[in-house]
Amino acid sequence: MNILAIDTSSKPLSVAITADDQILSEVTLNKGFTHSQTLMPTIDDLLKLSQLTIKDIDGFAVAKGPGSYTGLRIGVTTAKTFAWTLHKPLFALSSLEVLARNIQQRSQLIVPLMDARRNNVFAGVYQWTLTNDNHLENVVSDRHISLTRLLAEIKELNEKAVFVGEIKPFMSQIFAELGHQAEFAATTANLPAAANLGLAAIDATPIKDIYNFTPSYLRLTEAEVNWQRNHKDEGHDPYVQEV
Amino acid sequence: MKATNELILAIESSCDETSVAVVRDGQTILSNIIATQINSHKRFGGVVPEVASRHHVEAILVAAQDALDEAQVTYDDLQAVAVTVGPGLVGALLIGISAAKAISFAHSLPLIPVNHMAGHIYAARLVHELTYPLMALLVSGGHTELVYLRAPGEFEIIGDTRDDAAGEAYDKIGRVLGVPYPAGKTIDAMAHEGKDTFDFPRAMLQEDNLDFSFSGLKSAFINTVHHAEQKQEALLKNDLAASFQASVIDVLVGKTIKALQQYPVKQLVVAGGVAANQGLREQLAAHLAAAGLDQVEVIFPPLRLCGDNGAMIGAAAHVALQKHEPFADLTLNADPSLSFDYAETMLS
Ligand SMILES: [Zn+2]
Repeated sequence: MNILAIDTSSKPLSVAITADDQILSEVTLNKGFTHSQTLMPTIDDLLKLSQLTIKDIDGFAVAKGPGSYTGLRIGVTTAKTFAWTLHKPLFALSSLEVLARNIQQRSQLIVPLMDARRNNVFAGVYQWTLTNDNHLENVVSDRHISLTRLLAEIKELNEKAVFVGEIKPFMSQIFAELGHQAEFAATTANLPAAANLGLAAIDATPIKDIYNFTPSYLRLTEAEVNWQRNHKDEGHDPYVQEV
Repeated sequence: MKATNELILAIESSCDETSVAVVRDGQTILSNIIATQINSHKRFGGVVPEVASRHHVEAILVAAQDALDEAQVTYDDLQAVAVTVGPGLVGALLIGISAAKAISFAHSLPLIPVNHMAGHIYAARLVHELTYPLMALLVSGGHTELVYLRAPGEFEIIGDTRDDAAGEAYDKIGRVLGVPYPAGKTIDAMAHEGKDTFDFPRAMLQEDNLDFSFSGLKSAFINTVHHAEQKQEALLKNDLAASFQASVIDVLVGKTIKALQQYPVKQLVVAGGVAANQGLREQLAAHLAAAGLDQVEVIFPPLRLCGDNGAMIGAAAHVALQKHEPFADLTLNADPSLSFDYAETMLS
């Protein structure tokens, strides 16, 4: 099964084509171009270099979030449109899990994180399942959380934890709090690798309702938060309505 | 390609409507699915860009599937995919663009980038044959422009707003009057029940250019209301609405007539969300006759085609296709501040 995998959840762009448990090709771009400009040309290049056409793709996989809102929407809209228009299955994985899959250590906790500004992060805690070598267990769900609170919780777990992803700005804080309980991923492991996404997709359940599939933002917009302070978000007319 | 059977799948997502249409030859609508987010943005008193972008992701494929089903066409029947690239909200535009690129790539269909304002003008093509040169008055929440078209697809701005767009002014004073967003339709109705008693300023009407300004009117309106509140005077809301609308319409009509005198044309297209305004429709007809311009044919697209919709993008894409304008490549990006060129005379 050929899978086209797309991760646009953070600044780097990663696209890969996998065939069952093989990686056929992968490109990761980390030059800060907009995903809107680079995603489709990268897909086109990768298909050509792999001597495939889009019709040879049997399924699409996408990093569904959390991450940068605009980036997520470009990846998710592109992947879901492909799956819909070509009648192929769509697979979605947490973008934090995609990062966690860069870490090979089998016994440690893996803490993928992304910078969510103002010393907040998107983070989760993962661990490889020893009985199934393609299964990464989500020990603590992905959340939008202050770094301080995240580190306090990890400390509580009292196990060695490998931090991976956008860790650079937080390293000194992490080390100050956790000392040698914390390990840090190597530079090559800190960028999302879409091949991991494609390889994981073969064991994933396809998205049932492609139409209504949306990114996992893990955060409401500020406008909605403010509105919900004084209103109940139920019993209303549909927010989006064909007229 | 048979000229009589050109089908374009057109996608629009520049603001708070997700719309997908199938249009034949730029004039026949086979389907025009419009999913509006008004119920959501009503909560906030205006369009919240991030919320709008999120809704577009929910709505885009449903609209696309419904458009194809209703038109009963397959991808093999299509000549091209068209999409709005701007102006509009960047995050919202990117949803339509991402979907359009994937569809065009998956089915090897050319991708036509469309200026949203060209779409508003060419909505008229869906109801009427157009002759050139042509004048368009574009009035919406984001724009107030007079556009001159020497020939199909050749747009020149000859008049523009210096500050607020007309539709924006409606929403702002709507807030002062406690009218829920979007305010245009309600204020139009209130105006019909009231009288122009406040005599608000008609900005720039006497000036010798074709430009507009609505911020002075907005301030005068707000000052009048606040002043009355301080003195604990009750003002008639319908009269306020009528006075506001009379000022907006006088300026729109006055400048349009000036434009028609300077640029003789056979047809005037009134387009954009504010073109749905009943008061504008009535006054324009009356004043054109009074100015001896009754030979100018005025085209108001039907209400459904005045708001944002995919069919108008399909109509504009047809014109681009006829002109052999270049297709978009895979790097296509949103252009949130895209604008027509200004006429030479405006640049001097
Ligand atoms: Zn519009």
